Amino acid sequence: MGFEQVYEYADGKRDWGSFGLPREGRLAEQPSAGDLARAGVPTCLLTDDLSEVRRRVRESGWDTCIVVNDHRVVLGRLGRKAIGSDNGESVEEAMTEGPSTVRPSIGLDALLERMQSKNLSSWLVTTPDGKFVGLVLRSEAESRLTSS
Amino acid sequence: MKSIRRDEVRRLLTEGAQLVEVLPREEYEEEHIAGAINIPLKELNRQTALQLDRSRPVVVYCHDYQ
Repeated sequence: MGFEQVYEYADGKRDWGSFGLPREGRLAEQPSAGDLARAGVPTCLLTDDLSEVRRRVRESGWDTCIVVNDHRVVLGRLGRKAIGSDNGESVEEAMTEGPSTVRPSIGLDALLERMQSKNLSSWLVTTPDGKFVGLVLRSEAESRLTSS
Repeated sequence: MKSIRRDEVRRLLTEGAQLVEVLPREEYEEEHIAGAINIPLKELNRQTALQLDRSRPVVVYCHDYQ
């Protein structure tokens, strides 16, 4: 048809949405995990001193910390219990490895259903390559869906 | 047609590329990449392609590589 520069984005819109990039349409107007993901959750490295991490987390007002590597890929999570105790463990020993994650494009209603069925108060959001996006709080998801 | 990845799509968009979703209209209306236009594959011909600017890059996509 005479076009000189034609490209194919083979991974398509599934890939685009899973990285939380801008979308339009009926589904895109509905709230998604990416909309509510709190990016300000404390993070730490495996090599960080756990006592220092605990101090930092408490000061931030959170009760959890996401363990990431140098590329912000999620490795694990320090939960309330790990943050609350102080028994000389390392970050690696104290963390829960490989927490379940969802992509930013998943519908908030679907995510809330998962949190409710597993009785969890929050859920991690990452890109498909595992990079930390944020944490969705169940209470905020419930409020958002109730008000919409 | 050259296959490109997400980062290259984003770069081309900043340079004025045109995004075309070739899925059926219902799927496009449900969800599409921001700024994309819809020309369903079955309707893609010289006439429907007239809405595209030949001087700018064109990026076509569907749902995924499957």
